[in-house]
Amino acid sequence: MVELTWVIPALPLLGFLLLLAFGRRLGDPLAGWLATATVGGSFAATVVVFLGLRGADGGDAHRYTQTLFTWLPAGGFSVDVGFLVDPLSITMCLFVTGTAALIHLYSIGYMHGDEGFSRFFVYMNLFVFSMLVLVLGDNLLLTFLGWEGVGACSYFLIAFWHTKEANASAGKKAFVTNRIGDWGYLVAILLTFFALGSITYTDIFAGAGGLATTTATAIAVLLVIGAIGKSAQLPLYVWLPDAMAGPTPVSALIHAATMVTAGVYLLTRMNPVIAQASPWVSTTIAVVGAATALFAATVAVAQHDIKRVLAYSTVSQLGYMFLAVGSGAYVAAIFHMVTHAFFKALLFLGSGSVIHGMGGEQDMRRMGGLRALMPVTAATFIVGWLAIAGVPPFSGFWSKDEVLLFAWEKHPLLWAVGLVTALLTAFYMGRLVFLTFFGEPRWRRAGTHPGGEAEQSAAEVADDGGGATSTATAVTAVAAEQEVHPHESPWTMTVPLVVLAGLSLLGGVINLSFLSRLQVLEHWLEPVVEAGEHHLDSSSGVKLGLAVVATVASLVGIGLASVLYLRRSAADRPAEPDILLEGWHYDQAVSAFAGGPGRRFFDATTWFDRHIVDGAVNGVAALIRGLGGVARGLQSGYVRSYALGVAAGAVVLVAVFVLRGVAL
Amino acid sequence: MILAATPISASWYLGLSALLFTVGAVGLLVRRNPLVMFMCVELMLNAVNLTFVTFARELDDVGGQVVVFFVLVVAAAEVVIGLGIIVGILRRRPGATADDLSLLKG
Repeated sequence: MVELTWVIPALPLLGFLLLLAFGRRLGDPLAGWLATATVGGSFAATVVVFLGLRGADGGDAHRYTQTLFTWLPAGGFSVDVGFLVDPLSITMCLFVTGTAALIHLYSIGYMHGDEGFSRFFVYMNLFVFSMLVLVLGDNLLLTFLGWEGVGACSYFLIAFWHTKEANASAGKKAFVTNRIGDWGYLVAILLTFFALGSITYTDIFAGAGGLATTTATAIAVLLVIGAIGKSAQLPLYVWLPDAMAGPTPVSALIHAATMVTAGVYLLTRMNPVIAQASPWVSTTIAVVGAATALFAATVAVAQHDIKRVLAYSTVSQLGYMFLAVGSGAYVAAIFHMVTHAFFKALLFLGSGSVIHGMGGEQDMRRMGGLRALMPVTAATFIVGWLAIAGVPPFSGFWSKDEVLLFAWEKHPLLWAVGLVTALLTAFYMGRLVFLTFFGEPRWRRAGTHPGGEAEQSAAEVADDGGGATSTATAVTAVAAEQEVHPHESPWTMTVPLVVLAGLSLLGGVINLSFLSRLQVLEHWLEPVVEAGEHHLDSSSGVKLGLAVVATVASLVGIGLASVLYLRRSAADRPAEPDILLEGWHYDQAVSAFAGGPGRRFFDATTWFDRHIVDGAVNGVAALIRGLGGVARGLQSGYVRSYALGVAAGAVVLVAVFVLRGVAL
Repeated sequence: MILAATPISASWYLGLSALLFTVGAVGLLVRRNPLVMFMCVELMLNAVNLTFVTFARELDDVGGQVVVFFVLVVAAAEVVIGLGIIVGILRRRPGATADDLSLLKG
């Protein structure tokens, strides 16, 4: 049954091609149904392959390579288009195609009536195809192809409503920032090839043990750079919050559940190399992850845009996965990736449902009390909230607990940062839920305030984010301008919410940590990560203690949020510090640097490239051309001068032979 | 009568051959009429043929004569093509010299 592997990426590709050709003719909603059907078929194929792989036994039975054709034959080196099916890639495929299918279904409702309806699904199918190539590719280069493919689709979809300047530049920002990471990945591929003579994973796994520490360290560091770019870690996270300019299903699929986890996947895939590298590499990964987790969580606390909260939350959770990878907890990283895919997709889709119902409103200051009007969305959202907050027995509790346990083993300080992050996560998600679904409705307070303030505060709202000081008045100003009638979303949108809520609730069962027998995911992934996986020897007492502390932290966070926000009215002063709203001014600092001192450096690099690097190439070309110009004079076109040349040459030859006394 | 009495040795033939070759080479270099230059080339070829035949007789080796046949065949083929080109050129541009036909300069 594993022979069906090629079907998994082929179906979305087919959908992409069909939609490209006939998408406009199919229109709304048929194009969406076609796209959903192909991705759903892909999920079905994945399940079949998974069952086939599960059923196989024997030593290497859980690894299967399907080679389709040779892509780049170059002498002794060749790159195949082939798929590597092993526990890791099939786990990834399962949740990628599963969530993608649900999000496609959701998009049919969400994108209904949009001009670019079929174009949207063209990109979405192409994205799923690229993501599957990334995950299934049996060598670094094919993974890189998928890596760039998802990057391109991310760019297309962030800038989907490209007529708005901000969206277009957000797309560009994502693309450019990702290039920095891609550079690292590309150099890592070259280095791997020079070190091992092959870039196929099976060869890398076999040869990683023999790598010199320096080489392995260099490869690992470059891969980490690539992963930092793709998975939006410090210092390259800046693109992800801006990527929320795209339609909400895009945020859910690409910028929460799947694409941004590609960096974590890559590091997990290459764990034998990281295991061979110097220990400081994994420490760096853990520190970067912990720092990102905490940093993004603090920023998420103060955001007003519902999607921006979730975006920073995603950055923070990806930091958790990095922390896990750095602590040698590859299984925990993948476990958290899977549960995160469930609950974060759920939260994003839920926020999309809210935005949809509110007629495009994204500012939480103008929401509130939606629980009664959108019961399904509210109920599912609360499940997602409890899952991400780490309340037992929701899925997030199990995976987060696992990560924290390994962090504790690595260094208690990392654990402490993770714990504070968990508290903050519970807090800001509580804030989001209370502001959106509880409290008094703040979207219909038109006319209750003096009208004189309205114009002044409307101007403040216009520069988004800057209006933190005038919450109450801003709300009335906008509400006065337009009447909002929140309503529940159609079934195509609520069904995925319900399914994802079920998965968020029960997703933890794939790896229940308290009994070795129940750690299904760990046993399943073991052959892939055995080289790099750190093995714990914590007593069950430590495990239990940490779990209790983490749960208490979550509940404290939720409690704080309920104290601060549950009874919040529109007239209250905002509680969020400005510096957090501005994201610690990191974005501005980057812009200031890139525009100021950095600019000179970039200009110098450009000059170097243009004059030294290009100069060397162009100089050689000019030299050859000059020499050619000299030689050209000989080619006069006069037959008689050629004849003279021939005659003179003959005479010289004869003279040489005669003078040297050789018998002719 | 003295001439008739003098035996004609190989040197004579070789001398004649050298003379013919020189006439051909100089003609090729100094004349501008393509047709005449062409005839000069023929002259040089036949001068070489004469050398081959002389040595073939002198050394009693038929190989030299065989080479002459090859040269004749090649020369015949060359004449067909060369004359065709020259006639074609002269028909389009009457009175053209070899120096006029210098379009293929670098």
